[in-house]
Amino acid sequence: MKRLLRYAFVAFARDARSGELAVLFGALVVAVAALTAVGFFTSRISQAIRLQAAEVLAADLRLESGRAPADAYVAEARARGLAVARLTSFPSVVYAGPTSQLATVLAADGAYPLRGALRIADVPYGPGRPAIGSPRPGEAWADSRLLARLAVPVGGTLQVGALALRVTAVLDYRPDQGSGLADLAPTVLIAAADLAPSRLLGPGSRATWIVLFAGPADAVAAFEAWLRPRKSAAERLVDAGESSEQMKSATERSGRFLNLAALVTVMLAAVAVAMAARRYASRRLDLVALLKSLGASQGFVLGVTAIELALVALAGAAVGTLLGFGAETGLAWLVRSLLKGVLPAPSLTPAWLGLGTAIIMLAGFALPPLLELRRVPPARVLRHDLAPPPLRYGAPYVAAALALALLLYALVRDPRLVGYAVGGLAVSALVLGVAGLGLVRATGALRGGAGLAWRYGLANVARRGRESVVQVVAVGLSLTVLLLLAIVRNDLLDEWQRSLPAGAPNHFLINIPPAEADSLRAYLVQHGVAEPVLSPWVRARLVSVNGQPMQARMPKSDRGRAFAEREQNLSWSATLPPDNRVVDGAWWTSPDAAHPQVSVATEFQEELGLKVGDQLGFDVAGESVVATIANVRKVRWDGFRPNFFLLFAPGVLDASTGTYMTSVHLDAAQRPALAGLVREHPSVTVVDVESLLAEVRSIMDRAAVAVEYVFGFTLVAGLAVLFAAIQSTRDERRYESAILRTLGASRRTVLYGVAAEFTALGLLSGVLAASAASAIGWLVATRLFGLHYSFDPVVWLGGMCGGALLVGVAGTLATRSVVETSPALSLREG
Amino acid sequence: MQVLESRQVVREVSSPEGTLTIVADVSFGVERGESLAIVGPSGSGKSTLLAMLAGLDLPTRGTVLLNGVDLSTLDEDGRARLRAGHVGFVFQSFHLVPALTALENVMLPLELAGSERATERAREALERVGLAPRARHYPRQLSGGEQQRVAIARALVARPDVLFADEPTGNLDSVTGARIADLLFDLNREFGTTLVLVTHEIALARRCGRMLTLDAGRLVADTRVAA
Ligand SMILES: Nc1ncnc2c1ncn2[C@@H]1O[C@H](COP(=O)(O)OP(=O)(O)OP(=O)(O)O)[C@@H](O)[C@H]1O
Ligand SMILES: [Mg+2]
Repeated sequence: MKRLLRYAFVAFARDARSGELAVLFGALVVAVAALTAVGFFTSRISQAIRLQAAEVLAADLRLESGRAPADAYVAEARARGLAVARLTSFPSVVYAGPTSQLATVLAADGAYPLRGALRIADVPYGPGRPAIGSPRPGEAWADSRLLARLAVPVGGTLQVGALALRVTAVLDYRPDQGSGLADLAPTVLIAAADLAPSRLLGPGSRATWIVLFAGPADAVAAFEAWLRPRKSAAERLVDAGESSEQMKSATERSGRFLNLAALVTVMLAAVAVAMAARRYASRRLDLVALLKSLGASQGFVLGVTAIELALVALAGAAVGTLLGFGAETGLAWLVRSLLKGVLPAPSLTPAWLGLGTAIIMLAGFALPPLLELRRVPPARVLRHDLAPPPLRYGAPYVAAALALALLLYALVRDPRLVGYAVGGLAVSALVLGVAGLGLVRATGALRGGAGLAWRYGLANVARRGRESVVQVVAVGLSLTVLLLLAIVRNDLLDEWQRSLPAGAPNHFLINIPPAEADSLRAYLVQHGVAEPVLSPWVRARLVSVNGQPMQARMPKSDRGRAFAEREQNLSWSATLPPDNRVVDGAWWTSPDAAHPQVSVATEFQEELGLKVGDQLGFDVAGESVVATIANVRKVRWDGFRPNFFLLFAPGVLDASTGTYMTSVHLDAAQRPALAGLVREHPSVTVVDVESLLAEVRSIMDRAAVAVEYVFGFTLVAGLAVLFAAIQSTRDERRYESAILRTLGASRRTVLYGVAAEFTALGLLSGVLAASAASAIGWLVATRLFGLHYSFDPVVWLGGMCGGALLVGVAGTLATRSVVETSPALSLREG
Repeated sequence: MQVLESRQVVREVSSPEGTLTIVADVSFGVERGESLAIVGPSGSGKSTLLAMLAGLDLPTRGTVLLNGVDLSTLDEDGRARLRAGHVGFVFQSFHLVPALTALENVMLPLELAGSERATERAREALERVGLAPRARHYPRQLSGGEQQRVAIARALVARPDVLFADEPTGNLDSVTGARIADLLFDLNREFGTTLVLVTHEIALARRCGRMLTLDAGRLVADTRVAA
């Protein structure tokens, strides 16, 4: 044992010194670094994104209830180290002299908001600035609409219940104002201490009590798990994950972009490890045969190999983790403004993850070929052509791929994404393998025709059979991944960002009376706003499904219950709105008002367990309407246009249409015009989503930066595969070229032959890779991201020419030194 | 007792053209301390026979006894253990481990056999072949003849019963080849090591006490040379 260890260490040191392990080690380092850097950067970015999403709640967790919630909740949260803030919200009429306006009074304690910040302004619809603290007792911050309606300036007085409060600021923005379109009344923010003196809240008052919680992610999650089973059904618990459809959609998508990039990078690095290990094993054949002839047992060879691999794994994990950590830190510094100070949790997880990756990769992809070394016949020392029995490592490779998939799943926790990525690459590998075999066959038949260089090159492709197929698969996979990431980076990210152009709507106007639609439109156009498209807007409550009342089939989740209990915003449309895609059933072409049809969004359909053909009964302003579900829509909520969970076919609700709504883009200069608008159209509510829009944009930017960065790693991994693939036949080539040159072939002929061989490999791999990348890109775009994907000829051209050129040139350059060595030297070294 | 014995050894390989007999029914014995040359035209099966005698390969039929042990009764590890203790090799293309120094190369068999004092003994062996000053050099820093002398030191360092050599002078010029041959025979006499060498060179073969001639896998002559 001591002997074994000693020899293994000596062998390792020696191999490390002589560069034998360089490619294997390099591939491993790339894999580990990519996984740690990308994994942790991704988790940090998503943490930042989560924090951002939390701003929409003004907290990480929000409990809303029609009664004052139990103090035990607050005590428990405080005991767990969470920050707590309390809010009370209720409708009340607010007076300014003789004029009055229905408002939402929001009484907040000093801790509010826990996430995000309030913004205030000096004049209604004036430019906002961050606020310090919140209103003190005796003060009120009222929103622009309320002040514009009541014609009260900052410094004026508002009568709120029994109190006369001085308006000290215009409430420009509060993080949880939402775009839910439900808070119709303008808000006035007062201090919690003023609540009792105002004498507004008596027994039986209609108020909502809100408790906000915030803290470290783990603590919040633990508290949420504690609270969920304890709270009563009437208490609604909302976490950042379900804060707003727009944020949720954006968060999910950005996470997927990042994860996809990380996944393919790690898989590519695995291919590089497998290739490098093959070469390393083949380089050791002679040494093993010699050791055996000198009396080494199979166990010894095995032991040395295992120990050496373990040392490589340790070293690779250490260097890779350090590199990954360094790269992660560097990147975090680069995008520090985006991260908003989210620091990585100081833990050993990256190290364990790195070591785990290294071990899985080496055990799965490197050990199988090295294990075969045990079977090298010792007589190889006398007859060089005696090779070990052909490598059979189908089963270990499959096992390793599975282990890797599990590891990736543990990191990403997105089964569909992992499925598409792993499945897509597996199918690509298979297709590449079959095509490679085809190429080998075809070139075998073709060799009669071309010139000497091509004949020699193509003959080589055919003769090296197995090795050529492996090369096609490896090169093809790396090109596939590179092209796929190019698609993701250029097309998909662009397409996503294009969905929120600079002029994207940032204000919703709701409650527009039909009679005022034309004048409102005219007002907006007059103030330089693009002519808006008005959508009809109806509020209704879902009362039954297939004749069964909702009470009898109340969903379990809070969100489902909200769908079932609350009034929903509906609209109707003849055409499928942009940002919507039918995923089940069909869009109506000539709807019949006698048979009402409704279209539901996937969120609604999933929470309530609905399917196409179900009958939904609605209470629309006291009138009962029963409609059949005609189709299910997937809605892209981050497009910031009016979108609805429920859409009716035209003709059904036309009569019930109370109001219209629209979304418009207003720049800072146009915003003051809103003061006039709400005076002329007193019933119209303006919902400002500029901040939300900015948040979503910044999420996109983060995702874009991160994908860009991951792309760097992928490039390195791809080059490692390419390098390993080219290196894999280098030794053989040295010998061949020596023979050819001894026979009188010029250096140039040999080099042209090599170039021909690599160009053929690159061309084939490139074409296949372009097809595979386009197919996976299309699948991922449409199935995972809900984005439109158009086939990109550049990808094809890039794949074909890039593959042929890159592989041809790189292969030729790498082999050049081999061809240049004197034939005598090569032959002597065997 | 004979140190090496070959009884009706046959080696066949399957090829696309059917079964090929490379070594056909070869029987002979070798006494301890003897020096034996195996000669014959190229492709006559010399290297194949040598591989079987050393236990690197097994005969299709027949028996090889090394120190009285039937090699075919041992598994691969058993044969490896036997080689580690009792067999040394010298090859035509030297086969030194390029990444090891001359001294480390010589130490290799001792380390594999788990012997004591590996460094000292390896140093002595290098001294014996006249290369002590080159102990720390790597193979590529040595000439062909020097490399072969390191290989001889490595083959003899564990004091094997039999030293096998396949064309030991094949890659060397005639002067260097003659020096290498001198060294082999000196050591053969000095340590009483049995020497089995395959060669094309009739001059070298004649220096052995005995000469086996193979032709197309058959043993066609077994000549004793008067010392
Ligand atoms: N494993 C094998 N498979 C196929 N043919 C083999 C195998 N081993 C040996 N041969 C063939 O058997 C014959 C004898 O080979 P061997 O190497 O023993 O010859 P040799 O006498 O050592 O020749 P040389 O003097 O050229 O070294 C050759 O024709 C060789 O091609
Ligand atoms: Mg031979």
